[in-house]
Amino acid sequence: MNANPYLPDMATIVEVIQETHNIKTFRIVINNEERMAAFTFRPGQVGQLSVFGVGESTFVINSSPTRKDYLQFSVMRVGEVTTRLHQLQPGDQIGVRAPLGNSFPVEDLKGKNIVFVGGGIGMAPLRTLFTYMLDNRKDYGDITLLYGARSPADLTYKAELPEWTERKDVNTVLTIDNPFDGWEHKVGLIPNVLLEINPSPKNTVAITCGPPIMIKFTLQALKKLGFEDENILTTLEKRMKCGVGICGRCNIGTKYVCMDGPVFTYAQLKELPSEL
Amino acid sequence: MERFITKENLIRLAEELSATCRVLAPVASCGTVTFRRFLPGMVLDLHSRMAAVSPKAATFPQTETLLTVKREIPEKKPEITETLPEGKSVVIGCRPCGARGKLIFNPVYETDKTKDPYYIQRRDNTVFISLACDRPETTCFCHSVGSGPADPDGSDVLLTLVGEGYVARSVTPAGEDVLKSALFTDAGDKGKEADAKNAKAREMMGEAHDYVSAPAKLLARFDDMDFWAAQSAKCISCGACTYMCPTCYCFNITDDDLGLESRRIRTWDNCMSHTFTLEGSGHNPRPTKAHRLKNRVGHKFSYYPDLHGGVMACCGCGRCIKQCPAGIDIRQIVKAAQEYSE
Repeated sequence: MNANPYLPDMATIVEVIQETHNIKTFRIVINNEERMAAFTFRPGQVGQLSVFGVGESTFVINSSPTRKDYLQFSVMRVGEVTTRLHQLQPGDQIGVRAPLGNSFPVEDLKGKNIVFVGGGIGMAPLRTLFTYMLDNRKDYGDITLLYGARSPADLTYKAELPEWTERKDVNTVLTIDNPFDGWEHKVGLIPNVLLEINPSPKNTVAITCGPPIMIKFTLQALKKLGFEDENILTTLEKRMKCGVGICGRCNIGTKYVCMDGPVFTYAQLKELPSEL
Repeated sequence: MERFITKENLIRLAEELSATCRVLAPVASCGTVTFRRFLPGMVLDLHSRMAAVSPKAATFPQTETLLTVKREIPEKKPEITETLPEGKSVVIGCRPCGARGKLIFNPVYETDKTKDPYYIQRRDNTVFISLACDRPETTCFCHSVGSGPADPDGSDVLLTLVGEGYVARSVTPAGEDVLKSALFTDAGDKGKEADAKNAKAREMMGEAHDYVSAPAKLLARFDDMDFWAAQSAKCISCGACTYMCPTCYCFNITDDDLGLESRRIRTWDNCMSHTFTLEGSGHNPRPTKAHRLKNRVGHKFSYYPDLHGGVMACCGCGRCIKQCPAGIDIRQIVKAAQEYSE
């Protein structure tokens, strides 16, 4: 980050991947070579992307810090900034303020089994950690990835799904909400499929992200499976502006999602006022 | 340092300072009193009533440019320029509560992790010459939030009206420099008279309310939406409370597109607005005015004191009460939460 926390670095879009009808993934490189080479972050941290003249929005850095050629952001087209971002092409310039926020406790997770539960665009923050763990595979126990979306067309990272489903050292389960011709994986809502997979909570940490309603029922399923509150992690989305704990938009009680989050344990969430 | 300045010389001081600094002072305008940039010949209104808008803009302007960006064509070769604030400012004639309000900003805008250079530069380059209150209003409650009508905290010079002039006391080195002007004279024994006036003003405010239990009591009421619905029933979500408040510091950042140039601007924002927390997905963590009011009151009297050593994020100026078109009184809301029992 710059000394002035509002000053973005200029960056070049090097690749744009059309993930779904309304989600694109952008790979960017910071123009200043020294700053790009020195750029470090931890899985789970977020950044603010700027389209000058339009504004800034917050997205998780969903590449892994183990892969340093570019920073990757997946953007759902929902508003002004994201619509403008979707119009950009490789070679176009944007601003980036990153890294912001806390991260997944990758050191504390060493030696543990991991269950990822991702829904829709909520797969983005999980992708960071999942890829990080694949690149440090021996540090972690059994890894399960449960990833779901409404339909096959709504699944992101399709280019990577074959690798994820075929790897022998990862148990990847894909699901969609309703039956679809040619779909060879699970059909059913994520919390129900989670119960069906029935992962053991022993020495296991569950990490979930998705729409609020999915998170709510996933938390219930994880509790039913016997997971302790401390062993359930999630990342929160909030509307953020400054990204540095000042502007007052993303607080939940005394906590600021942009600084104290976006990663929280369920135990921490239960201590906060109910304002998710 | 203690000095004396006549009313005429205070105006001269404002005129002299305005030659080299941006001077903000209370001026009567369209039936109200507000802080304006003072220029020679303008009439100060120091005594008729408290300025409707606080002097917050001196250190935290309603709109400021953070960056400008020039580009050849959209998305090609943008050049960013920081636009950090320049020059010095002086606020003359604010009440102590207005000067003290900015102290609430300090632990938020300048931390080990984050330093907001725009705020810090403005704060460090602004001198507050405050005027002790001699007639507290019914909406004033500075004495209940650890302050008082002659509180020097946050001011550089504190003036007290005595006869045809003011006893002027420096609070900071910057204030001491102000008192070196030849427009000030020896205060003689007028200091005692000033002390008596300040003591009388404090007496007029009566007993202070005890907010010590507020942080915990407000949290205990957090999920009681019936309570918050009742408290917010009259609210029209206009946000006057936040805009008038010297201690509200939330802001928005937006881009102002000027063709091949754009400005990134910071503006005061309003947590009582529906869009304040509205997320891109359409989800809103604070969907009703009851949710928003509990956050505003909770922030000032619970979250902030929990994070910052018990200090309330309120200077007790009462502007939010006085200016609320629906007549909502934040004192009554906190008191209701404090007195509530299951």
